[in-house]
Amino acid sequence: MRICVTGISGRLGRRVAQLLRRKHEVVGIDQRASPGLPANIVHHQVDIRRRPAEDILRNGKFDAVVHLGVVHNFRIPSEKLYARNVIGTETLLRYVSKYKIKKLVLLSSGDVYGPMPTNSHFIGEDAPLMASQRFPEVRTLVAVDRAVQSFFWRHVDIETVILRPAHIVGPHVRNAPSNYFRLRIIPKIMGFDPIVQLIAEDDLLRYIEASIEPGVRGVFNLASTDPVPLSRILKALGKPTLPVPYPLFRGFLERAWKYRLTSFPAPELDHIRFNAVLDTARARDELKTLPERSLYEILEPFRAETVDD
Amino acid sequence: MAGKVLAFANRASEQIGEIISSPELEARLDRIPTRLSDYGVDAFGFDPQYVKRVIGLGAWVYRHYHRCEAFGIENIPDGRCMLVSNHSGQLPMDGAMIAMAMFLEREPPRFCRSAIERFVPETPFVSTFMARVGQFLGTPENAKRLLEAEESLLVFPEGVRGLNKVWSERYRLQAFGTGFMRLAIDAATPIVPTVVIGAEEQSPSIFASRTLGKIFGVPALPITPTLVPFPAPTRYRIYFGKPMVFSGDSNDEDDVIRAKVDTLRSAMQSMIDEGLKAREHVFW
Repeated sequence: MRICVTGISGRLGRRVAQLLRRKHEVVGIDQRASPGLPANIVHHQVDIRRRPAEDILRNGKFDAVVHLGVVHNFRIPSEKLYARNVIGTETLLRYVSKYKIKKLVLLSSGDVYGPMPTNSHFIGEDAPLMASQRFPEVRTLVAVDRAVQSFFWRHVDIETVILRPAHIVGPHVRNAPSNYFRLRIIPKIMGFDPIVQLIAEDDLLRYIEASIEPGVRGVFNLASTDPVPLSRILKALGKPTLPVPYPLFRGFLERAWKYRLTSFPAPELDHIRFNAVLDTARARDELKTLPERSLYEILEPFRAETVDD
Repeated sequence: MAGKVLAFANRASEQIGEIISSPELEARLDRIPTRLSDYGVDAFGFDPQYVKRVIGLGAWVYRHYHRCEAFGIENIPDGRCMLVSNHSGQLPMDGAMIAMAMFLEREPPRFCRSAIERFVPETPFVSTFMARVGQFLGTPENAKRLLEAEESLLVFPEGVRGLNKVWSERYRLQAFGTGFMRLAIDAATPIVPTVVIGAEEQSPSIFASRTLGKIFGVPALPITPTLVPFPAPTRYRIYFGKPMVFSGDSNDEDDVIRAKVDTLRSAMQSMIDEGLKAREHVFW
C-alpha cells in the first residue's frame, strides 16, 4: 500500500514510518525538517494547509492517510494551535474525500474524554468528550477528534479510524506521563490514588499498523495494561515520592508554568487525581491485535536503578 | 471489684487485638469471590489486602458496639443481586453493618458494594478509602457493569431523604427513586428486600435545618441531642427478605416502573413493622 503519514518528523512519526516501510511505501508530510529518515521514505517539508500539500495528495495515489500531525504543545498561542490542529485537519479531510483515498487513521488521545470526578469508571468510545470543560487548552484536540468523527459519518465509503490511546509511555517518548515517570522524586497528590492505564509506545505502533488493514473502521480506545492504581506504578518505579496537597500543588504549577519553569500544565493534575479507565473491549475484539508489553516492561526504563546507571 | 476491672481490661485488650489483626477475618476475606488483576485490585480499585487492615474495626462495631443480629441471611443468593434497604440514623452505619452481616454471617462470605455520593471522588483520602473497600460512584453504567460481573450491590432508594429524616418520621419509608428498579430489570437481577431496625434510634434528629444545610452543602443539617450526629450503641436487627424478581421493559414509562417500586416498598414497610413488633428494647 502507499501510505501518507502527517507529522512524520516527530518522535512517534519517525517510528511509525520505520515500522510501516517494511511492508508499505511511505510518504511523509511535515513542515519540520526530518533528517536521517531511511532512504526509501519520501518526505515533503510542507505545511498541510498550504497549496503544495494538495498536489502531494492529488498525485500520490495513496491507499491510506495516517494523521499524526496533531500538536499537543500548549505553549503555542491558542490561535496558532487552533489553526494548525483544526484547520490543518479540516484541510486534510477535504483532500482525503476529494482524491478518494480509501482510509484515514487519526491518532487522537484518550485524554479527550477528560479525567472527571463524575465519569463512570469505564469510559467507552461513545462517552462524551469532556476534556475541555476543566482544561480549555485541549479544546483543539477535542475539535480535531470531533471533525474526524463527523467525517466518519459523512463519508461511509471511506474507512475512517480514530485511535484514542491511554497515556503513551516509552523510553523515546517526551510527553507529560513519560516525563512524570522520569522525575527523580515523584510528587503525587495527597490523599488521591487514581486508577490509570498506560500504553507502551511499541503497542501503539502495532495498533496503528493494525488499523490500516482493510475493513477496520471506527473509534478505538487503546491500552497495554489493566487498570492499575497510580500508587502501584510509583512503587514499581522504586523512586521516592512526595505527597503534596492539591491546592498547593496546583498553585505551584500555575506559577511555574507562567514563568516557564515546568512543562506540566496545572489542569493536567487531574490525571493523577481522578480515575480515567478506558474500556478497550472494542480494540480487543476488532483490531485483532493484543498488547504485548506488561506494566513492568513499560516501567523498566524509568525505574530508579535503571536511571542511575 | 478488682477482679471485675481486670476481667473488663482483659476483654477490652482481646477486642483491640481482634480489631488490629484477626486470622478468622482474614481467612473469610480470602474466601470472598473477587476478580483481581495482576496488581491485586479489581477494575474498580477494590483491594482485599487494604480491606484486611480495616475490617477488624467493622467487625468490632458489628459484634460489640451495635451487637447486630442478622435474620434470613440465607436469602442472599450467589451471583448478581441487589440488596435494597431502608436508610436511617444520620450516619450511614446501616450500610456498613449490612455489608458486615454479609461478610461475617453468610456462607460463603460475600462482599457487597454500594454507591458513593458525587462529591466523594473529589475528597482526598475518603475517595481512596472508598475505592479500596469496594465502593463505587453511583452511575447507572457502573452499577450495570458490577452486576454483569456477578457482584452484589447495596442500594438505598430513599437516599439522603431517608438518612436525614426527623424523629417523628422514624421507620416510615420515604419516597423511593426508580433508577435502581430499571437497573434490576435491565440486568435481570433479583432484589433482596433488606430492613435495618435499630439505626433510627442511634442518633435521633429533632429538627432538620435547611438553612444550616445550605451552609454545609447538604439538603438539611440534622440537629441531634449530641449536636454533631454520633451513633449511640443501639442494637441492630437486620432482616433479609426473600429475593424478588421483577421483569418487564426497563425503559418503560415512569408510572409502570413506579408500580413495581411500590410493590417492593410496601413489602419492605411490612418487614419493618413486623421487626418493630418483635423488638422488646432499643438497646437489648
